[in-house]
Amino acid sequence: MSDVVEKTLSALPSLLSLDSQAGAGKLSPSSKLGNLIKGITELTSKHEEEKLIKKELESIKEQVASPNTTMRQMKEIMVRAIYCEMLGYQASFSYIHAIKLAQQGSVLEKRVGYLAVSLFLNETDEFLLLLVNTVLKDLQSTNLIEVCMALTVVSQMFPKDMIPAILPVVEEKLTHPKEIIRRKAVLALYKFYLIAPNQVQHIHSKFRKALCDKDPGVMTASLHIYLQLIKENPESYKDLTGSMVTILRQVVGGKLPLDFNYHSVPAPWLQIQLLRILAYLGKEDQGTSEMMYDVLEESLRRAEMNHNITYAILFECVKTIYTVHPKSQLLEKAAECIGNFVLSPKINLKYLGLKALTYVVQQDANLALPHQMTIIECLDHSDVIIKRETLELLFRITNAQNVTVIVEKMLEFLRLTCDDYSTIDLVGKVAELAEKYAPDNVWFIQTMNSVFSLGGDVMQPDIPNNFLRLLAEGVDNVEDRQLRLFAVDSYVSLLQGVTAKLPQRFLQVISWVLGEYSYLREEESDPGSVMRLLARLLDQRHTSTETRSWVLGAMTKLCSSPVSVALARDVCERYSGSLNTVLRQKAQELMILSQDTKLRARVLPAEGRLESLEVDSSLSFLDGYVSEALAAGAAPYKSPHQRQEDLVQEKALSLEPYGLSLPVSLSSCSITDRLTDRRSPTLLSMSSGLSGNSTELSHQEGSTTLKLEGVKRVWGKDGYLAQQQSAGETPTPLVELPNPLLSPQSPPSQTQKPSSGLEPDQEKRQLASSLFVGLGSHNSVCLMGRAETAPRHFRRKPRGESSSGASEGSSNSSHSSRSAAVDNLLLSNLLDSTTVASEGGAATTTTPQQTSQRTLDHTTSNGNPHVEGTEQRVEAGGPLSLIRGNGMVAVVPPTHTQTDPQTQQDLHPAPALERPRDLPLASHLPAELSGLARSEFTPLCSDQDSSLALSACRVYKEDALVLLVFISNNNDSALHQMVLQLTCKELEISCISGSPLKEVKGHSVSVCLHTVVMKRASVQVELAGLLSYQRPLGQPQAAQFSLSLSLKHFLRPLTVSTGDYGKMWLSFSHDLKQNLRLVTTEHQEPLTATLDALKGKLHLHVVDIIGSEGIVACRLLQGPGQWIWSVVAGCGQWRLVVVSGGWL
Amino acid sequence: MRFLLLFSRQGKLRLQKWFTPIPEREKKKITRDMTTMVLARKPRSCNFLHWKDLKIVYKRYASLYFCCGLDAEENELLALEMLHRYVELLDKYFGNVCELDIIFNFEKAYFILDEFLLGGEVQETSKLVVARSVEASDMLQEKQRLMEIILLFPLFFSCYHGGIHEQACILTLGEMDLHTPEGIWTITDLEVLLLYRTMEL
Repeated sequence: MSDVVEKTLSALPSLLSLDSQAGAGKLSPSSKLGNLIKGITELTSKHEEEKLIKKELESIKEQVASPNTTMRQMKEIMVRAIYCEMLGYQASFSYIHAIKLAQQGSVLEKRVGYLAVSLFLNETDEFLLLLVNTVLKDLQSTNLIEVCMALTVVSQMFPKDMIPAILPVVEEKLTHPKEIIRRKAVLALYKFYLIAPNQVQHIHSKFRKALCDKDPGVMTASLHIYLQLIKENPESYKDLTGSMVTILRQVVGGKLPLDFNYHSVPAPWLQIQLLRILAYLGKEDQGTSEMMYDVLEESLRRAEMNHNITYAILFECVKTIYTVHPKSQLLEKAAECIGNFVLSPKINLKYLGLKALTYVVQQDANLALPHQMTIIECLDHSDVIIKRETLELLFRITNAQNVTVIVEKMLEFLRLTCDDYSTIDLVGKVAELAEKYAPDNVWFIQTMNSVFSLGGDVMQPDIPNNFLRLLAEGVDNVEDRQLRLFAVDSYVSLLQGVTAKLPQRFLQVISWVLGEYSYLREEESDPGSVMRLLARLLDQRHTSTETRSWVLGAMTKLCSSPVSVALARDVCERYSGSLNTVLRQKAQELMILSQDTKLRARVLPAEGRLESLEVDSSLSFLDGYVSEALAAGAAPYKSPHQRQEDLVQEKALSLEPYGLSLPVSLSSCSITDRLTDRRSPTLLSMSSGLSGNSTELSHQEGSTTLKLEGVKRVWGKDGYLAQQQSAGETPTPLVELPNPLLSPQSPPSQTQKPSSGLEPDQEKRQLASSLFVGLGSHNSVCLMGRAETAPRHFRRKPRGESSSGASEGSSNSSHSSRSAAVDNLLLSNLLDSTTVASEGGAATTTTPQQTSQRTLDHTTSNGNPHVEGTEQRVEAGGPLSLIRGNGMVAVVPPTHTQTDPQTQQDLHPAPALERPRDLPLASHLPAELSGLARSEFTPLCSDQDSSLALSACRVYKEDALVLLVFISNNNDSALHQMVLQLTCKELEISCISGSPLKEVKGHSVSVCLHTVVMKRASVQVELAGLLSYQRPLGQPQAAQFSLSLSLKHFLRPLTVSTGDYGKMWLSFSHDLKQNLRLVTTEHQEPLTATLDALKGKLHLHVVDIIGSEGIVACRLLQGPGQWIWSVVAGCGQWRLVVVSGGWL
Repeated sequence: MRFLLLFSRQGKLRLQKWFTPIPEREKKKITRDMTTMVLARKPRSCNFLHWKDLKIVYKRYASLYFCCGLDAEENELLALEMLHRYVELLDKYFGNVCELDIIFNFEKAYFILDEFLLGGEVQETSKLVVARSVEASDMLQEKQRLMEIILLFPLFFSCYHGGIHEQACILTLGEMDLHTPEGIWTITDLEVLLLYRTMEL
């Protein structure tokens, strides 16, 4: 009895406090935390709060330092410290005590200790090292709670370097009898995989075991790992498709315990995880996709209940269906499903509907058509997020016809938004659309003006750069002049107004354009007007220093008339004393150039400023200086890689990633962590997987030309393309339109729409027709080739030869895509090497067909009608290539300046001489060379009456390149006093045919043999030849010819073992990386196909194929250089890494 | 998931969990941006936002905002349901949870979160049955400690009572009350022990 009374009495205080404050009731009233919280809520000002917390922290500090504090008190103190941290006050002194608490406390205290640690510390914190032992101890504890806590903290944060210390123990837990431990262990390993993937490579088999665990929770946990693995490398996990499909079928079918239901939907998190995995597995893989159609359909069907979670599943399902290899029936159902989202009154679902549409219109723009009205409504939605998403959708369906409306809508949004991030994003998109689809000059300039003034100083710097390049690139034809003139005019009028609000970037663009092109309007206005405007801009307070230097630069270009010179002098006086050195320099330049007209004309020629800018990127003019410095004892230059390697070697961590234990050699973990990515191609493949993802994204957002190649075109207007082809054969495609709703041009069809039960008003309908124009099925042609419909003028020009080569290579010459790809591969990767690039272009490695295509392309785009006639093309090639090859306005790499003439010369003689001559020439091959690989016979030159013809042939000997020159005398009379001279400064040429030839008899062929060695590696060398001869009774005559040799002729396979390769990989000092597309053939894996092609075309030795990585090696004839390449697979992207020793 | 924030209508932070390492300054900036962005939203607008390259999903429960940041490929609706699930768990634990519960017992809210989400991934979607794994032997010695253990993981107790799997058996803090579908049972220490043993079966 007394017991009961006692109990009641002891319960009273808490009951009382329950009454007074509901929430605090669960806390002991005397609790210090309770007091603290109450104290803070009573305060009114931030200042008071600061004071209170400061006091609190001091008392905490005192308490933790006191030796008398028990762990129990410490636990309470920690909670208070957490609270203070949450309010934003540092309590760093308590971190160490949190660790101590986790170490020494009993279970309860430990838990708070671990919590405090996980909240206070970051992964990189050094304090965490102190935790390792505690974690290790707890992992080995017999108390399951302690094990659980340790695993929890490990999966939240753990120092990367210390993983090996606890990995075996965590691994052990995978076989623990309790499922909760197994589950947490799997999640801990997932965390390890995320922070250091190579450290858990060796336990992949255990992941499989976890996947087959009898507990669904453990299995779900293992899917996190698999999602990550499959995302990075779907190819290696195709065999799991069956299991994943089975699991999903079981989940959807409700086979899991009811515990896993969430609002009576079976394990939604698990379902979505599986759907994502299936999407990665089935992407661009018909066979795998076919396995999952049934289960996808079932998921769609089962997810019927009207609840958020089922919509989440549906959304994921639709995404998967549109990602895997298409099946028309499923696509229809998925499209229907999107309709449910878009038409839903719930705003969240509408948002997701728009998102889903944005995703699917990339495959088939017509899917947006049934939802026109909803889209229009969303465009004016009160919620900016919905608006923003709608614009995103519109961006994807933009074409040349609806661009003005869509851009107008985007600008409208931009004027209202104040979020920097979305401004940057949207401004970039507007600029892209304007460049791609602009209907005319005026619109383009006006749109870009809005872009600059709205984007302000936050936008990406490449927008103004691209714009200026676009202005500068055009040839001086009428259209370009108009564009420039219009730009100048509009800027002049802008400057005449209030300039205070214009962003600095815009002002810089304005001053550059005015400086460059004001001369175009000179005739109609007085010469000093622009100068005066610029001077006014210069004086304004809001103009930044950087802008001022741009303005001064512009003035320097403009000061031609006496009025301007006077003005310039005035300006100079003011700025030559400026504190800013850049301004001062610019002012000095202006001063001198304005006075010396001759010098000015030389430095800044009025016309064609861009064409002839040569930059010596090898910095050869510094050679003298360098050698002097070296002689004086300076250390030789080392590339960053070399330096890094030395650093690593100093740390004595030179384990080679390419040891014998490949491909698992990377398990030695702590070392690889510190290695740079170059040292281990396998690591690199991980990182490129990541970057591959982003490039894939940008591919989707990129220009249409890119998109067309990147995305496999499997969906057409009627769904799957295979069907469409058969449908396309019917002669009247317009009549056979199955659905009248698909044609936006016919207004009556819109009223029939199911969505428009209430009459859509006229305005909206108009907007709809202007927005969705060009999306009808009869317009699908222009959808496919948007770039073609866009005015050529605004097409983004290729930045360099490499990109154009790559894109055109695949689009133009489909039948020779294999060889073209290889050529591009060589081409594009070599071009980036600075030393090589400075020595010559490499365009000859492209097929002639491509080149001519490009030339044609270009001439037409410039409006020059002459297409036929090789002579003309040779002439046109020079200047044109100068303009085309230039990547940027200001700095012009000289790489491609020689490109085109060379190609033309290659191309030129081809039609003049007939092919069949090959055969007779072959019989003249010296016997010792006849068995070797050789090139085709290249005609070099011939007489007008073809009495004398020269041909060349390369024979690839194992140790040399032999150049044969065939001299065919087709005349009756013999040739005398023949001297053949071959000269080239990059090559060493020696004649090996014994005594030089003196004469050739009538109707016979003579051969001169030369061995050719490269003195310095260069991509392309031009060999000049001169043959002088004399006919009887004739004057001495001479025939000139030229022959180009490419680097690939000098390459030979380098037979090395994988181990040697690894050593070379480490010892070689230069590398460059290049993304490329792999050759795809029907019969082979892309990687194998590429390697085969490399082997065939470039004489490379395929060393080994390790997983998704192929390594090849080659050497240069007689040169010191060896060259190893590796082709690395990433996620959807392939990367070529070239490492070279010696000379590259 | 990148982070989860709980804050009040006044923008006062109630709970923060960062699933990826983020520098302190960035955390403060994110918190500030989230509160201003989310609090500025009008009622009946959608629950999704963008912040830099992250997707933000938020939901208001009474006076408290739950807000999480997602990577680009994650599913917004699912995140919304995840928030809801968390609120359900809190509700079960505290019994009709209110903001004050979370203010005063934030560490418990963290414990629940840690059992629900691990490293930003949903760890367990079934009814959480963690406590079954509690090793009995060394615990039974100390009654007080046992009590604490039960109080520590109350959420994760499932009670096998008379062989029937009861749903949502939850012990509240401070009192020895067991919430079952049939009502609240007050149990004695002995019963706790019995309960404990049954669970170990």
